[in-house]
Amino acid sequence: MLNSYILRRLLLIAPVLFGVTIIVFLVISLVPGDPAKAILGTFATPEAVAQVRHDLGLDESLPAQYGIWLFNLLQGDFGRSYILHKPVIVEIMARLFPTLLLAGVALVLSSVFGILLGIVAAVRQNAWPDKVITVAVLIGISTPSFWLGILLIFWFGVRLAWLPVGGMQEMFGGGGVWDVTRHLVLPSCALAAVAGAVLVRLTRGAMLEVMRQDFVRTARAKGLPERRVIFVHAFRNALVGIIPVIGLEAGFVLGGAVYIETVFQWPGIGRMLVSAISTRDILLVQGGVLVIAFAYVLINLLADIAQSLLDPRIRAG
Amino acid sequence: MSGAVLSTQDVVREFGGGRRWFGTPRPQVRAVDGVSLAVPRGRTLGIVGESGCGKSTLARMMVGLLLPSSGAIEIDGASVAELARTDRKALHRKVQMVFQDPLGSLNPRKTVQQILEAPLRALHGMERAARRERVAELMSLVSLRAEFAERYPHEFSGGQSQRIGIARALAANPEVIVLDEPVSALDVSVQAQVLMLLADLQARLGLTYVFISHDLAVVETISDEVAMMYFGKVVERGPRARIFADPQHEYTKLLLASIPGARQKT
Amino acid sequence: MSGRPTAWRLLTQNAVVAFGLGLLGVLVLIVLAAPVLPLLDPNVTDVLHRLKPPLFPGHPLGTDQVGRDILSRLIWGTRLSLAVGVIAALTAAFVGSVIGLSAAFYGGLADTLLMRGIDMLMAFPYLLLALAIVAALGPGLFNAMMAIIIVNIPFFARGVRGGTLSVVNADFMAAARLSGLTNLQIIATELLPNVLPGIVIGVSTTIGWMILETAGLSFLGLGAQPPQADLGGMLGEGRNLIQVAPHVATIPGVVILLLAVGINLVGDGLRDVLDPKLKSGGLARTHARTAAARGEERRRGLTPAGSDARLPLAVRGLHTQFTVGRQVYKAVGGVSFTVKPGEAVGLVGESGSGKTVTALSIAGLVATPPGKIVQGEILHHGEDLVDAPMARLQAVRGNSIAYVFQDPLTTLNPLMPVGEQVAETIRRHQGVPRAEAWRRAIALLESVRLPDAAARASSYPHEFSGGQRQRVGIAMALANNPEVIVADEPTTALDVTTQAQVLALLNDLRRERNAALVFISHDVGVIAELCDTVYVMYGGKVVESGPVADVLQAPAHPYTQRLLACVPVLGHPDRKIEPIPGLPPATNALPDGCAFAPRCDLAEARCRSGSIELVAVSGEHLARCVRVAA
Ligand code: SF4
Repeated sequence: MLNSYILRRLLLIAPVLFGVTIIVFLVISLVPGDPAKAILGTFATPEAVAQVRHDLGLDESLPAQYGIWLFNLLQGDFGRSYILHKPVIVEIMARLFPTLLLAGVALVLSSVFGILLGIVAAVRQNAWPDKVITVAVLIGISTPSFWLGILLIFWFGVRLAWLPVGGMQEMFGGGGVWDVTRHLVLPSCALAAVAGAVLVRLTRGAMLEVMRQDFVRTARAKGLPERRVIFVHAFRNALVGIIPVIGLEAGFVLGGAVYIETVFQWPGIGRMLVSAISTRDILLVQGGVLVIAFAYVLINLLADIAQSLLDPRIRAG
Repeated sequence: MSGAVLSTQDVVREFGGGRRWFGTPRPQVRAVDGVSLAVPRGRTLGIVGESGCGKSTLARMMVGLLLPSSGAIEIDGASVAELARTDRKALHRKVQMVFQDPLGSLNPRKTVQQILEAPLRALHGMERAARRERVAELMSLVSLRAEFAERYPHEFSGGQSQRIGIARALAANPEVIVLDEPVSALDVSVQAQVLMLLADLQARLGLTYVFISHDLAVVETISDEVAMMYFGKVVERGPRARIFADPQHEYTKLLLASIPGARQKT
Repeated sequence: MSGRPTAWRLLTQNAVVAFGLGLLGVLVLIVLAAPVLPLLDPNVTDVLHRLKPPLFPGHPLGTDQVGRDILSRLIWGTRLSLAVGVIAALTAAFVGSVIGLSAAFYGGLADTLLMRGIDMLMAFPYLLLALAIVAALGPGLFNAMMAIIIVNIPFFARGVRGGTLSVVNADFMAAARLSGLTNLQIIATELLPNVLPGIVIGVSTTIGWMILETAGLSFLGLGAQPPQADLGGMLGEGRNLIQVAPHVATIPGVVILLLAVGINLVGDGLRDVLDPKLKSGGLARTHARTAAARGEERRRGLTPAGSDARLPLAVRGLHTQFTVGRQVYKAVGGVSFTVKPGEAVGLVGESGSGKTVTALSIAGLVATPPGKIVQGEILHHGEDLVDAPMARLQAVRGNSIAYVFQDPLTTLNPLMPVGEQVAETIRRHQGVPRAEAWRRAIALLESVRLPDAAARASSYPHEFSGGQRQRVGIAMALANNPEVIVADEPTTALDVTTQAQVLALLNDLRRERNAALVFISHDVGVIAELCDTVYVMYGGKVVESGPVADVLQAPAHPYTQRLLACVPVLGHPDRKIEPIPGLPPATNALPDGCAFAPRCDLAEARCRSGSIELVAVSGEHLARCVRVAA
């Protein structure tokens, strides 16, 4: 029973990934103007332009271009960056870990605190903890994360000078785990704040909704202590609705990493993307977006599997 | 059967089937499995069955909301499926339906006036003034005060909503009304009001009813003929008195024996 | 429409929402007035006066790195951000709604294709997709806006499709079809008006996001291009000056925050007003037990308990109310009854008669808020459960007083194996180890004749039929050999044949164990078959009570008489059914005197005032009617 759902879900991943490559390819090939000219500048000789066009495969038909591109992709060949003069895959690999680390820490922080505070707010509905949390949540979802990042830098980095504000260049260079951790505190908090606020709201709502359901009354009618009613009966049911949102939050932190990496000069894919866009380094953009999208799809896969482990009705299909 | 205004011939309706994305076949269900019935004009056919026996699917096919997978349904000698495809308005001038959930069958964002005017305009092309008059008439027919017409459905109780549902069906001026569990969501005292109303309307307007219910006592009260459905099939049918006094099929016997109080009273 | 508060009234009633509206209103007014306000030109540079702090003469909010007036840039920037956010939200909502509506309405292949496409788009973290689009189209405010629109379309399409699907299958859609309306008319008059509130909620709750997102793109330098600046662009310019001139980056951030707070508050308010689920009383957390008035107040007017006190259950003068807004619903208005060991007591009545609330009040299971026990006692061997300590009440619940509820699908926890749900209550009250509790649970499931109990104990509720689920419910109630089983319409959700089996089972098992039964039903037939004593309820009060045979064979109260007369009886099709005219009373507007008076054809003047007491008809048989009084 269990395996058949996971198997089906795993099989479904293939068409999704395929679709992701198509969309990335389409978006990039819709670039108006000639990317070759964009790369070489307006004064390039026609021969040079033709050469670059050939290198990029732009002289083939669109489906053929896609086929070649996908074929190369499957072999790990994402093309070469014309600006950095190295293979895209090399650049991405160097930057993938810092981004995943930042986003991962932010996701864990926001999930843990989001769910905990959500439960507190629901259980103490309309009492002061709920009111404080509700106000904090409102401010959280209304704050641009990049602005929050700037404020954190200003207060904790400049005014109080407690923590480093950026300049994290080499992940594994010298500083060791402690150094990385110190550098991670401010950016991951900035990134987690907004995502966490959304989860608090969701958890609070889900808990209140579940607490009204008949089976909670049944649990109480059985004489179970309120703690067990809330955590074993209500919370587990609420979690079924929360887990997929954590999957969505993964997309939120992966995307938000673009801002935070820029603000904190974090050596990740997000910052790479921003500069690649401004230098019109299309292949680098393509590679970066693809890799992050793949990571996102995989995280959602995990969320779905986690949800199915929790809820037998989903396993049954 | 001669004089039948509505009849079904070997009607079958299947759901599901086909294959999923990765070739696993989807289970196919025969909700209605070869049903043949006929309703004489001006009479009531009661259809009894438990949940999942296919009685609601059959009801929806009778009014053309669903098409049969095979078999034929005829009204006044014309094919319902054919009319549903080519001339839906003509079909709905002949046959109407009243639903189980009184509130769910009324659009919460329309007033009663608007709900009742829709069929008058769409099916009978009535002018504004004529429509107003007819709505007032319909309201009094189902014993609702005329000023209720300006209200929204959520302001009514279940019994009142069901009266509006009946008025909406009557607005089409149909020959046949298919009633799908029309009183099972209502309290007994209100249920009795609606049953009396239905009997009264039939006597006055010469309507033909198909009355679908799981409640044997209600069906016995209101029907002339009764059909028992079980897993998509009609397992027994006949005149009311015969079915209840001398059930032939095992299922009918079981059902009759399950009624609380039945064992005591005999 | 009379008396129905308008959406606007509801919105402004809520102080928090009103604050949001005010905040947003001020901001919108200011940016709308930007062209006529005495502002400096936002793009004129003045290098001599660069990076002046706020309150600098002539520049209330100071100047930026090239000496431009921050106040002016701020107002024009807000104008731009707001416009972009609103346009983006409306466009995305429109396109997304069209896609979602068509997918849901037409279904089939169109649905599959559209939604697969949407799934693909949603496989991206949306900001990343927006970046890819900006990368393709090139930086610029318009392109950034297009990107934000495109990545938000899937959210609307999904949401609207979901909302539409729930409407498409509603009976009123079928009714509209039967009324002869064309597809187009159905979409316009039936579907849209019901889906629209959802779309409005969607727009109002996403405008804030859209403003933040476009600001983000501008912040990265991919949106508005210099010298034009929206709020994000200003923030981006100020970012590197945070150490020398913090106000340049801080001020635009504050404005974004205020804008988003205002929009989110109004959005939430709109949602609360438009979402019917939230409208009815809101989402209030239910408490562990029903609230109750304090002791003396609650026992006011009660005679001291006599011999009742030794019984397993004695409900005395119970009043339970619901307060919703300003309305007080007196659901139970003074109900008393006793349950002797092994006795089967029936409470019968129509919806709104108070029978279920009475049953739930016994173990404090009426939802609070809004419920409250304002008067009366619930005695369990003389102990008042209403103000027993929580731990004591929990020790009684499921142990000596156990419940069987109406709909076995919703009353069992969907995520817990049924065996565990039974074992849990055994562990709670008998303190036995896990393995032993599980063994006993299986024995119980066998005793309720659940087929293949040992194996199926590990299955989940959805894997059982309705009848089987209710057998599990009964096993759970019997688990600790209760003295009293309260069964609230336990078979109403079941088919007739299943109903008979489940009832027989419940009755056999409780007799075997000598448990008393409080049986709540609207079905006189069921009560007649199962119970020794019956209490007929109407408008929150017991109107007639006594031995079942007496009350149902020779009813004395006009309501009971007429109730029996309007139920069709199997085998007597020609017995005339006589409906009771009118409607059962609303418990928030109960008449003085007899609640049945408006529908009673025997009513006279004295029925309409004062309080009418229960009087003896004969022996144990009581009725609450002026005509019965000897
Ligand atoms: S008290 Fe009066 S109104 Fe009430 S039931 Fe008796 S006769 Fe009818």
